[in-house]
Order: sequence, then C-alpha cells, then structure tokens
Amino acid sequence: MSALGVVGGVVQPLLVVAGSPLLIGVLRQVRAKLEGRAGPGVLQPWRDLRKLLLHKESVTPRGTSEVFRYAPLVLMATTLVVAVVVPFVTTASAVDPVADLFAVVALLALGAVALALAGLDTGTAFGGMGASRETTILALVEPTLLVAIFALSVRVGSTNLAAIISSTLDDPARVISPVSLLAAVALIVVIIAETGRLPVDNPATHLELTMVHEAMVLEYAGPDLALVELASAMRLSVFLGLLANLFLPWGIATTATPLALLIGVAALVVKVGLLGAALAAGEVFLAKMRLFRVPELLAGSFLLALLAVAASFFLA
Amino acid sequence: MNVQLLDLACGALLLTAVLILWRRELAVIIRVFALQGVALAALVAVLAAGEGAPELWGVAAGILVLRAGVLPWLLRRALARGGAAARETRPLVNVAASLLTAAVLTLLAYAVSPPLVALAPSPATQAIPVGMTVVLIGFFVLVTRRRALSQLVGFLLLDNGITAVGFLTTTSVGLLVEAGISLDVLLAVLVLQILTTRIRETFGDTDLDELRELHD
Repeated sequence: MSALGVVGGVVQPLLVVAGSPLLIGVLRQVRAKLEGRAGPGVLQPWRDLRKLLLHKESVTPRGTSEVFRYAPLVLMATTLVVAVVVPFVTTASAVDPVADLFAVVALLALGAVALALAGLDTGTAFGGMGASRETTILALVEPTLLVAIFALSVRVGSTNLAAIISSTLDDPARVISPVSLLAAVALIVVIIAETGRLPVDNPATHLELTMVHEAMVLEYAGPDLALVELASAMRLSVFLGLLANLFLPWGIATTATPLALLIGVAALVVKVGLLGAALAAGEVFLAKMRLFRVPELLAGSFLLALLAVAASFFLA
Repeated sequence: MNVQLLDLACGALLLTAVLILWRRELAVIIRVFALQGVALAALVAVLAAGEGAPELWGVAAGILVLRAGVLPWLLRRALARGGAAARETRPLVNVAASLLTAAVLTLLAYAVSPPLVALAPSPATQAIPVGMTVVLIGFFVLVTRRRALSQLVGFLLLDNGITAVGFLTTTSVGLLVEAGISLDVLLAVLVLQILTTRIRETFGDTDLDELRELHD
C-alpha cells in the first residue's frame, strides 16, 4: 500500500460523495437550459437530500423484512468501496487486490441486486415490476461490462484497473485502435443502461408503466430514500469516472505531491462533468425506447464488446 | 503506423457489418453499406501503400467507385421505387437473437482461421478472421431477412467479405480477376433489382416468404 494509494483512497470517496449530487444537478440544469426552462440550479439535489435526511422520517411498510432495510446500506457500501479502490484521482489504488476488473464489476452488481431484492420485498406490484425489469437489464449489462473492460486488459496482461490505466498512460496511441473504439462504444451503451438514463429508463419520470429505477425505490422514504438517491448518483459518477479514466486517463496523479493531486482532482471533475453534460445534451434528442427493444440494444453492445476482445486477441 | 491503419480499416469493416445486422430501416442499411465500401477501399489502399503497387491503387479506386458509389445508388433507386416497405419489419430471427448469433459467428470465424493465418503470418493475414466474420454475417443476413432488398444487401455483404479475405491473403488478386468479379457483382445486382421490381409489380410486396405457395 503506497502513500499515493492511501491519499487516493481518502480523496476519492470524499470527492465522489460530495460531487455526485452536483453532477446530477449539472445534468438536470443542462437539460433544463436546452429545453428553454430556467432549471432548479445545480445545488437542488443536495437540497433534496438535506430535506430527506433532516426533515423527514424513515417509514418502513408493514410486512417488509430486513432485506428492505439493509438494501440502501448495501448499495451505499458497495458503491463507496468502488469509489475508494478504483484509480480515479491517483494511479495507485488504496486496496490494490480489490481494484480488479472482476471485483469491481461484482461489487457494482451486488448493489444493483440488493436494490432489486428490496423492490421484490415490498410485495407491491410496482416494486416487483421494477425489480423484474432491472434484472432483465442487469443480466445483459454485467457480461458486457466485464467483456468490454476485459478487451482492454488483454494487451496489458492484467485485470487490475490500475495496471490498465497506467499502461494507457504510457502508450497513448492505443486509444485510437479498433479495440479501444469498439470497447468504448459498448461501455457507453451499458453505462447508459445501468445508470437508468434515456433511452433505457427515464430518470425524470414518475409514470408507473415506464419506470425501472423509480419503481424499485417507490416505498422508501426519508433518510433511506436519501441514501438510495445518493448511492444512485454516486454510481453514475463512478461509471462515468471509470469510462473517462479507461479511455482518456490524462491528468491522473502519478506522484503524491499536492500539485499532482490537485491536477488529478481537477482533471477528474472536468472529465466527468463534460461526459455528464454530453449525456444530458444527448438525452434532449432521445425518446425512451420500448422496453422490449432494450435487450436488442444491449445484445448489440455485447456483440461490440465481444468483437473488441476478439480483435485484441487476433489483430495486434 | 501502416499496421494500425490496417487494423482500423478492419475494425470499420466489422462495425459496419454489425450495424447492417442491427438496424431495421432499409435506408440506413444502404448508407451503412456504402460506408463499408469506403472501409474496404481504405483497406485495399493501405495494402497498396504497403506494397507500393500502382495497380493496387487502381483496384482501390475501382472498389471505392463501385461499392461506395454505384451499388448503393442502385439500391437506393430500388428502395425509392418500392415506396411503403422501407423497413425490415419481421426478420425470421429477431434482432437481439441475430446479434447474439453474430457473436457466435465471430467466434466461429476466429476458430477456423488459424490454419490460414499460419500459412504466411503477417499483419494482413492476421486480419483474415475479420473478413471471414463479414462473410458469415452476410450469409446470415441473406438467409434470415424477408425483404428482397435486405437479402440483396446480405449478398453484397457476403461479397465484400470475400473480397476482403482475398486481398488480405494474397494482397494482389490481379487487376483482371478483380475487375471480372466486380462486373459480375454489378450484373447480379442489376438483375436482382429488376427481379425485385417485377416481384413487386406482380404481388404488390417484396416479402419473399409470401412466395412459397403456387398460384395459377
């Protein structure tokens, strides 16, 4: 465990927790501006969280079990671990063995599964519907996520995310190879699906028949809901940070000097902010896709990821 | 740098083949097919730059004109005459399943190619599996689509794949042979286009599955 890794392990979770609601705020603000509305301001998600945490009380529906109560904690905990270990700000990881491709994807999947189980546990029609939809999407997203990042790890010879990012940093020409391009497209599609953005799920909707994420968390209230919302926002920034650092790792801190760390933090904020703004701008032009067309989209992205792996084995 | 450009052209070839399988709108399919023609021409041009053969540059230009210009133009004209049926509505295998099948076909192509690559290992022959994948995907499109026009695109995809494999294995097929093949393809497309028009005039549709039963 190096000094750089420890610093990263402290700075990254703080940055992700503090910045994620702001990222959601930026996304909504960009969208509002493009649609000609004034928008509630970038700080609105934090205000919502404060309201839920301080002024509302937690209500548990009758008949729900421990699964319902622990799901927000599991979701939050897994996302926090990912925020600590994945090299976002520094190339060294605080807990290097956990910064592994398979471990990180498994942790992210665990959080999603916990939430789906909580949706089932409420026993309401919407909870079950949301959970079933989420599972359908998850079953196609996780393999694609694994395979797409695996394509990048083939030429490094290691599934350690820190090793993958450092090697891209050493050899920038790799970014324009077909392997990277195919993997990037596949990863973007699965990130959109996994974080519940358009065209897979509409994050702004409260219309029962179309929602996925909202349907699962319908029964949560107060601090529990705040935890779920914060963790979902953190998942979005974690995914965007992973995408940014896997394909454009420049700016990440390689030494533990304050200046390098400052640049690392600034680079991450700028990259994730730009990706988020691009995502929000793209969403203005999209309508939600029919649920039955979603597997098609995800099967396509899985195929692209598989082609990336095949190309990384055979072309280079 | 040459190897990287070659890989990039192969990646584009693969991506366009997948997109043709993915999209339903015939107009989009034709546009993607034109892009694939550009990718194929780029592939041959990269090989020509590597070999320094002026003959091969001529072949690349010919491929560009035929596969990115003339054939898409003919297809677009056939589509414009068709009117209503602008989408591949019900392929025999649904799109999600056919994309997964394409994944299997890719693995198949990579599994059967090593003996070919082993004959003369070089960056060009290492890309043979890409050409094989395009051939297999083209064949798959040909057998699972219902519209005459998308079957035609499948046939052309198959031919693009064969051309790619040909150039990757031997670098120069010879100007005369390539010209002969290209003329054959052009002729086939012209004949099939007329056939499509006739089918539509007679039956009012180009869904080939409707043509199984005998009529008086």
